[in-house]
Amino acid sequence: MTVPLKIKSPFTDAEMAKLKAGMSVLISGVIYVARDAAHKRLIEAMDKDEKLPFDFKGQTVYYMGPSPAPPGKVIGSAGPTTSGRMDVYTPRLLSAGLKAMIGKGHRSTAVREAIVKNKAVYFVATGGAAALLSKSIKKSETIAYADLGAESVLRLEVVDFPAVVANDIYGADVFEQEQKKYKQ
Amino acid sequence: MRDIEAGKITEIVSGLCIKANLVLGDDVLTALKEAEQHEKSPLGKETLEQLISNARIAQEDSLPICQDCGTAVVFLEVGQDVHVVGGDLNKAVEEGVRRGYTRGYLRKSIVRQPYTARINTKDATPPVIHTEIVPGDKLKITVMCKGGGAENMSRLGMLTPGAGRQGVIDFVVKTVEEAGGKACPPLVVGVGIGGTTDMVMLLAKKALLRKVGENSRDIETAALEKELLERINKLGIGPNGTGGTVTALAVHAEVMPAHIASLPVAVNLQCHAARHQEAVL
Repeated sequence: MTVPLKIKSPFTDAEMAKLKAGMSVLISGVIYVARDAAHKRLIEAMDKDEKLPFDFKGQTVYYMGPSPAPPGKVIGSAGPTTSGRMDVYTPRLLSAGLKAMIGKGHRSTAVREAIVKNKAVYFVATGGAAALLSKSIKKSETIAYADLGAESVLRLEVVDFPAVVANDIYGADVFEQEQKKYKQ
Repeated sequence: MRDIEAGKITEIVSGLCIKANLVLGDDVLTALKEAEQHEKSPLGKETLEQLISNARIAQEDSLPICQDCGTAVVFLEVGQDVHVVGGDLNKAVEEGVRRGYTRGYLRKSIVRQPYTARINTKDATPPVIHTEIVPGDKLKITVMCKGGGAENMSRLGMLTPGAGRQGVIDFVVKTVEEAGGKACPPLVVGVGIGGTTDMVMLLAKKALLRKVGENSRDIETAALEKELLERINKLGIGPNGTGGTVTALAVHAEVMPAHIASLPVAVNLQCHAARHQEAVL
């Protein structure tokens, strides 16, 4: 295994250009959490030209809904949810400047095209490694849609959050690229 | 008749919900460690290492193995000589789920009016309860915490009888292939064959309660399980879908008779966080 590349969110185009599908990375910095219900509201807010909970430019969205934080902990378990359910909303967010997404599972063709067009990157984190991933989260704050409970929008500060580049700005896809090596 | 207090049932269910979410079964952990030894993909190996560490961290830090603490699916085997006193059996189970998910800091993932409002019930209720009346004076309670990702990729196939064994194999393999990384591989694949639409899905779900890797006692079904596991692990999907030789840890199949016109096949996918605990009262 190659040494994972340390990267920092929010991202610049120059940083995105260094990332290739299949690379292991450790993400530090600020990332925002939004999943199904929050995406629906974000799109509704965009439709109505309302102010968004955060500016998407250069930012990372993590598809996740944590378990409640036990006393003394920053957050509960915090692994990725299936990204495919967000596919219908993703191209809009990318057009608005979103640079990176973290989730699990493959994306639709439309999302893959939007990733290339907007020079963005989709990372996968290990589905189910939720207790381990929570260790990389140093701060968590609810910034919008608190009524959605586990689906509200959070701002996280992470240090060395482990992920793999799944779709890069060049159009490569880790699932296609790696699965064919082992398909018999 | 033997009396069992409803309050006792509530306490037991509460404890089972917490234990199932925090402690990964030894059978699953052993299977993950074996998979880590055999996995050929470096990315796949790394994923499996993370999953093994994750199980340790979850237990040490009293955190759920996965943030998706699932739908509480509760299987009750009620002895016909059991008399539940001091309350309603289903309500006692529901209260146990409510307490367990609250006390254990487990995620509450159930929404009411699923096709419109989708309002979270905020206490993980209602659970899904399957009750069976069996001989004896015991009450067996099994709590399975079923994550949404793998459940979403599960499928029912009403095959024609002519499709036969090969048809069953193709349907199961196709279901796993379409799920790809979405269902959190390495999977435990529950397969039901026979019965009716409702019963075959239940068979597939019950198959997941077996210890991981324990083959069917029926020779023909055990051979089918082995062949399915081989075929699935040749798909190349691998841990987390990023390629590899371990896509499933095990395939468990359950079979029952079917109508002359039907060959029902159900595939209930289980992510590697195969969480279930049981108690006998």
